[in-house]
Order: sequence, then C-alpha cells, then structure tokens
Amino acid sequence: MGLGRYVATRVLLVLPTLFGVTLITFALTYLLPGNPALVKAGPLATPEHIREMERQMGLDRPVPVQYWRYLSGVLRGDFGESATTGRPVLQDFLQRVPATLELTLASMLIAIAVGIPLGVVAAVRRDGPVDHASRLLGVGGVAMPTFWTGLLAVYLFFYHLGVAPPPLGRLSPGVMAPTALTGLYAVDALLTGNARALGSALHQLMLPSLTLGFSVMAPVTRMVRATMLEILESDYIKAAWAAGLPRRTIVYGDALRNCLIPVITLVGVVFGFLMAGNVVVEIVFAWPGIGNYAVTSLLTKDAAPIQGFVLFVAVVYVLINLTVDLVYGVVDPRIRLR
Amino acid sequence: MRPLLEVENLSVAFDTDEGTVGAVDAIDLDVRRGEILGLVGESGSGKSVTALAVFRLIRPPGRIAGGSIRFDGRDLLALPEEEMRRIRGAQIAMVFQSPRTALNPVLPVGRQIARLYRLHQGCSAAEARRRTLEMLGLVGIPEPERRARDYAHQLSGGMCQRVMIAMALATSPRLLLADEPTTGLDVSIAAQILDLLRDLGRRTGASIVLITHDLGVVAGLCDRVAVMHAGQLVECADVRSLFREPAHPYTRALVRSIPRVDREVTMEPVPGVVPSLLDAPPGCRYADRCPDVLDVCRTVKPARSARARDHEVACYATEAARVAAPRG
Amino acid sequence: MRRNTLSLLALGAILTIIGLALAAPLVAPYDPDAPQAEETLQAPGWRHWLGTDIYGRDQLSRIVWAARVDLLVALAATAMALTTGCVLGALAGYRGGLVDQVVMRLVDTIMAFPAFILAMGITAAAGNATANVVVAIAITHVPIYTRLIRSEMLRVREMEYAEAARTVGNRQRRIIFFHLLPNCFPPVIVQATLAMGFAILTVAALSFIGLGIQPPQSEWGAMAAEGASYIVSGEWWIFLFPGLAIMVTVLAFNLVGDSLRDLLDPRMRGVA
Repeated sequence: MGLGRYVATRVLLVLPTLFGVTLITFALTYLLPGNPALVKAGPLATPEHIREMERQMGLDRPVPVQYWRYLSGVLRGDFGESATTGRPVLQDFLQRVPATLELTLASMLIAIAVGIPLGVVAAVRRDGPVDHASRLLGVGGVAMPTFWTGLLAVYLFFYHLGVAPPPLGRLSPGVMAPTALTGLYAVDALLTGNARALGSALHQLMLPSLTLGFSVMAPVTRMVRATMLEILESDYIKAAWAAGLPRRTIVYGDALRNCLIPVITLVGVVFGFLMAGNVVVEIVFAWPGIGNYAVTSLLTKDAAPIQGFVLFVAVVYVLINLTVDLVYGVVDPRIRLR
Repeated sequence: MRPLLEVENLSVAFDTDEGTVGAVDAIDLDVRRGEILGLVGESGSGKSVTALAVFRLIRPPGRIAGGSIRFDGRDLLALPEEEMRRIRGAQIAMVFQSPRTALNPVLPVGRQIARLYRLHQGCSAAEARRRTLEMLGLVGIPEPERRARDYAHQLSGGMCQRVMIAMALATSPRLLLADEPTTGLDVSIAAQILDLLRDLGRRTGASIVLITHDLGVVAGLCDRVAVMHAGQLVECADVRSLFREPAHPYTRALVRSIPRVDREVTMEPVPGVVPSLLDAPPGCRYADRCPDVLDVCRTVKPARSARARDHEVACYATEAARVAAPRG
Repeated sequence: MRRNTLSLLALGAILTIIGLALAAPLVAPYDPDAPQAEETLQAPGWRHWLGTDIYGRDQLSRIVWAARVDLLVALAATAMALTTGCVLGALAGYRGGLVDQVVMRLVDTIMAFPAFILAMGITAAAGNATANVVVAIAITHVPIYTRLIRSEMLRVREMEYAEAARTVGNRQRRIIFFHLLPNCFPPVIVQATLAMGFAILTVAALSFIGLGIQPPQSEWGAMAAEGASYIVSGEWWIFLFPGLAIMVTVLAFNLVGDSLRDLLDPRMRGVA
C-alpha cells in the first residue's frame, strides 16, 4: 500500500532541489565578479579580446539564456574544460572518482563499524567506562580539525613509528595498479588476486581512511547513543521488560531494531561530512581524488573544475539523501503511510 | 487465605542532583486473590512507581529503598533476576497507559503477542500464532487474522489498548496491573475497555490493580480502593465504605471532586498542590493542604489504624475525632 | 557539579582566548610577520616557547595574532547568519503562505550542498578575501537559524501573548520583532555558540586548502598547512600548535554551547 506512490513523490520532490542547486552553481560560475572571460583570455588580453571572449562564451546574452545554455550543457555532461589539464572536466572527474569513492567507502565503513557499537554500548551501559569514552570522543573528536588529525597521524605513524607509508597517493612507488574493474584498487586487487597491489593499496589507504573515519565517528556515536537512550526509555521497552522478555531480546532485538532505522538517515549526514573531509584529507595524503583535483585547480585559478566539483558533490549528496529517504520509507512501516 | 500480593513498608527513592526524591514512602498494600483493587491518587502520587516496583523495574537513578514485596508468599525483592524475569509477564502482567507508545512500532502486533506464548509457555510457532488469534478475538478485535499483521500505528487507540490487554493476559497472569488503561480514549471506548478488563479478570480469576486518578472509574469497577497522596498511602477501604464514609481529609476532598449528576453540588478540586517530594520533611505529606492539620502531623507520620472492618486510615485528626466522640 | 566546573573552565578558556586576541600587540613576544634569518626552524624552547617557522617567525606570536582573524571571521559570519536567519525564519513562520514557501525552498537548496563544499565554491568564485570567507560561511549557516526560528515562531505565535499583542493593535512587524522573536532566542543562542566552533573549523579548513585568508596574514589553518611540509623532516611544532589552538577554541565553544542547552532546555539534558 502506497510504497510506489511514496517513492514517486520523493523522487518528484528532488527535482526542484536539483533545479535550485544548478541555479546556485550557475550563479557561482557566471554571475560573480570573477569574470570567466577574463580568466580564460589570460592576463595579457586586450579589452577587444576579452569582449570577443565574452561573446564566444555567451556572456553578453541575457542571464536566463546563459542559464539555459549552462543547464543544457550540464545535462549533456559538459562541466566545462579545465585550463590546467586542457581536458573536459567530466573526463578528469571520472578518472579521479574511484580514488575518492574508495577513500569515502573505507572511511564510512570504519566510522560505522566503530561508531554504532560504541554508541549502543554507551547507551546500554550508561555512565560506564565506554560511555565516558564515547562522550570524550563526542566532544573532543568534533573539535579536531580533520586536516590536523591527518597531520598528527602522519607525524605519529609515518615519521615516528614508521608503520605507515609516506602520505603520497594510493600505491607505493613501483607497485603497478591492479587491472581496473571497479577502480577501487583494494577491491580490484582482491578480485584479481594481486596480493602485492592489495597490500600496498590497503597500506596506503590506512591512514587517510582512519583520519576521515575518525572525523565522522563522533557524530555517528553521538546520534546512535542519543537514539538508543531515548528508545531504552520508551514505553514499549518498559512494556517489554514488564512482559518478562530476556535482556538480550530487549536490548539487541527490540531496541536496536528501532534504533537502526533512524540511523539510516545518518548515512546522508555522514556523507555530507565525508565530502567536506575528503577535500582536506586528499590534500594531506596527496590522494588523487576529485577533492584534490578541485583544490589543485584553485591554485591555478582554474574555475571550471571547482564549480564542477561543487555541482557534482551537491548532486551526489541530493541523490544519496533521496536514497536514504527511500530506504527509510521501506524499512520503517510508519513513514510510508503518511 | 493469604493475599496474592503483600507490599510491606515499601519505599522507592530517586537520587537526583538536587537531593533524594521519596516517590513512595513506606506503604503497605495487599491485593487479595480475585479482587479488583483501585489505586487512586493525583499524578505524581507514586501509583505508577509502586507498580513498577512490584515488577522490580525501578531503574537508576531510582531504587527500592526499603520494604518487601511478597507475591504468593515469595519475596520478590530477594529473587535472582532470572527468576524475577520469569515471573514478569507470566504471572504478573501490566497494561500501560498510552497503549500506542507501549507497543513496539516496528513489529506487527500479532508477533508481539505470539512471542510471549513462545517465551513463557514454550509454544511452537504455529501454536503461538493460533493462540494469539484466539486471544485477539477474545479481547474483541474484529478480523484478528488481518489485525495481527498490522503495526501499532495502523490501529486506533482503543484497538491498541485491546492489543495491550491481549498481550498482558496472553499468559494468564495471576496479577494484572493496569496503569490508567483508559487515558486518551473516548468515554464510550474507555467504558468498553474497563468492562473487558473486569470480564476477563472474572473469567481467569486474576487479581487486578487498577491505577487511576479517577475515583468515578473506581466506583463502578473495584472491590477495594487504596488512596495515595504524594507517595504515602492515606486510606484503604472497600469501595462502599470509602465512598460513604471517606475518613482521610484527602479522600474526602477527592470524593468531593467527583463530578456528580445526581446532586446539584459543583465539584470542588482538591485544594492546594501536590507537595514537592524532594527531601520531603517527616510527617504526613498532606499536612500543608489539610484543613484539619494538627501540630503532630508535621513531625511524625501517622500510622494506619483500623476504623472499621476493611477500612484503614492514616490520619491523626480523624483518629482524634473518633476517640473524642466514640460511636454508640 | 563536575560538569559545571568543566563548563566554567570552557567559558574561562573562551574569555582568555578573546582576551589574548584583543591584546595581541601587547602580549605577543615578537612581531608575528618579522622574519629572523638566524632563528629559522627553532624547536620550542625558552626564547620561542612554541618554536619558529622556516622564516624564523615566532609561532606563539603568530598564533596569538591569528586568533584575531579566526575569531573575528567566525564571529562576523555567525552574526551575519544569525541576523539573516532570524529575519527569514520569523517572516516565514509568522506570515506562512507564499513567503514561507519561498524562504523554505531557498533554505532547502542551500542545505542540498554539504556546508563546507558550498563555502568552498563561494569563496573560490568570489575571490580570496577575508570578507568573502565571512559571507560564504554565513550563507551556509543561514538555514540553521531560519529553520529554528521558523519552528519556534510557529509554536510561539499561537501563544497568548501574541494574541494579546495583536488585540491591542500592534503592527505586524512590531509583533514579530518585539514580541515574538525575543521568545525564540534561547535555542538560537545555543545554536550560535555551537556554530561558532563550526565556523572556526570551516575558516581553518578553507585556509588550509589555500582559500580565503591569504599569507602573510597569520591564520591557524594556513599555519598548519605550512607546517605540513615539515612533518617528514620532523619539525612537528609548526603544524601541531596552530591545530591545538583550533581544537581548544572549538572545544571550549562546544562545551559552553552544550551546557547552555542543558541550562535553557532541561529536556535535552544528558541526551545528546
């Protein structure tokens, strides 16, 4: 009952948001004082040359027309051209997305694998040692700038202890990339049985993913703990105790089940944090992902990659949140029927 | 015969940053076999806490500070947790107020009942299911087959309460605690629910403790009534004498506050507010609201004394008046 | 009791940091921008408590001066976001209808971007200037206050004093801004305190990647970025202390924000 309609409504509701997103990125690209024609024409251009450039780029046309050209370009996958690499931004992106994806997934896995159990145990054994640790993480973890955590990790594990490789990309020098299947080196190496590449990929991935994972662990733990505490105090959990259900069933069945549903929404939030963290972590560890690409473009005042990056991340973010909503609707019987 | 439940000198305290809250202050209470006992008081009088204490479900910062609870002669407070768990739900069951929130939102209601059969009576899945449907029918739920698959949010408040009752009675408990079972329900639905409770109680021979703030409900349903005020038990009597001769000043005020159709007397709310239970002074906690207060009331808690058969009251003023003007 | 001590400590830390920032010219032992060729890359010691960088600049002096920039940017951004958010939220909540629709769609659109990424895009597009960083952060923070004030407004406007204010014939703008808005402030103050910490993290991260505040202006994130290159050669003090300054400041704001929330909204106590 209603699931199809629920999905349809949610999907339709995303369209205006996506429209708004392109409006903003359009404004960022074309309406702000940094004149793209000026940039493209170069510092030695004459006024005539600049005007000619503006005409070529359509900057002399009315704003709605410009927007329409921008939007139709974006829809065709045209994010402009990078002045640095001289290639279409989309092409540069696609080449770098797997690196970012690998880092993001690994970090999310770490954050969730540690954050959820930590939050649950903290709530169940309230005021116990784990709870105190989780609260320390909750307050301290969110106050640490991600780039600084990364630098600390490099100093400690690479310089001091020597257990981590130098923070320079996805593979140690001299190791060949595994045959590309998914683009995720660790996965590809595993699938092709390439032990050398697998070891190197995981080793390189260790510090960046721990850094990024740590940066979102605090919010995950905090929310799981809060949700779990609220649920443990709820009437139906009291009723379950009064019905004589065993503790295990109550805590890890009834309560956890109810707790994990709102935690699904956390994936969206976590992803937002991860995208932000990605940028700085990729810089600290010279990780060749799209965040790194965007920042490198900053230094050369190359606008297209940055704005393309912002748009790309926003669209992915919107789609992830949509997916989260849909999954939530499927899992929680209460949502669908509203 | 020995009462089914004997609560003696029970105290429950909550430790807060500001001090200790004496939510229940040394109460004595018996529940006899097969009877319906009304436990009455304003909100915050300790009724629900008393019920939770019987289940031994007072959680920190709360704690049972003293006294004993005997169920069928066994001292519940001394039982190991595992044994206590086997009593919960199986022999003592609870119907909660706000049934909608007392049902697990992500489990179909049928499954919530069925698992109790499996847990407490070791039924097979099929047998548990069969009995669940039977029970749902018994509590007056139409189309039990379909309703069993519903989630709590798909049922009306009255239906949810019927499910809660089915859950509570599923394992034929000998004692049923019903905490404000009709809160939030329409008057007519509330009446049906109460009738249902009484009928099922009679049929199974279970004792019922009906916790409520509404003396009107008590009058129509209960055999005996215990009145609580601010964590203290002030009066306990069979329902008839309580209404005919309420002895404690608080009970009198309560009785006066019942809306009456038969009299042209406007109802008067009980004057004053429930006193703070935080580091409460010794003595009777009604003293500050009481029109008949004596000096001694503020220093020493009055003991309970029998006023007639099945009628006990804890009040110096009442006692003094009775001694001064003996009957007959 | 112990919690209160902690909050007071945090409050003390904030006041100290603000005090140091204000008194930077007086307390900083050295000129933060003056290179000292003979003192380059000194480890922390008696002459330079927190060491020196590659140009021989005193790290302590730079960190103290940088506090001015970081705090000022965060404060300005928070103030700007708060004012804008309050006005938008109040209008949306009180007027409802079309105004509400437009405001909320705008807010939704801003929230469709991860905050840092949008701030990055805005600063990149608008150009590297401190004022642009302020605006960029402010824009990403506006939704917090707008939504908060809107929902508070919906709650508050039904209450009796709004009714009372209407019946005595007050003009609408007056009702919103003088009668209703002040009642929404407690949660907003809590949010603003927590947002300060977040704003500081954002400024630092933006300058870390080379956006916003430009050298030689001292800024914590930029200083840590400079220090990054010296980790492999073991000069740890250059990246460590600016990051520590960020962490302590953000931590202090978060702790004060948390206790303010407990103070103003007892229901949340111990939950989050």
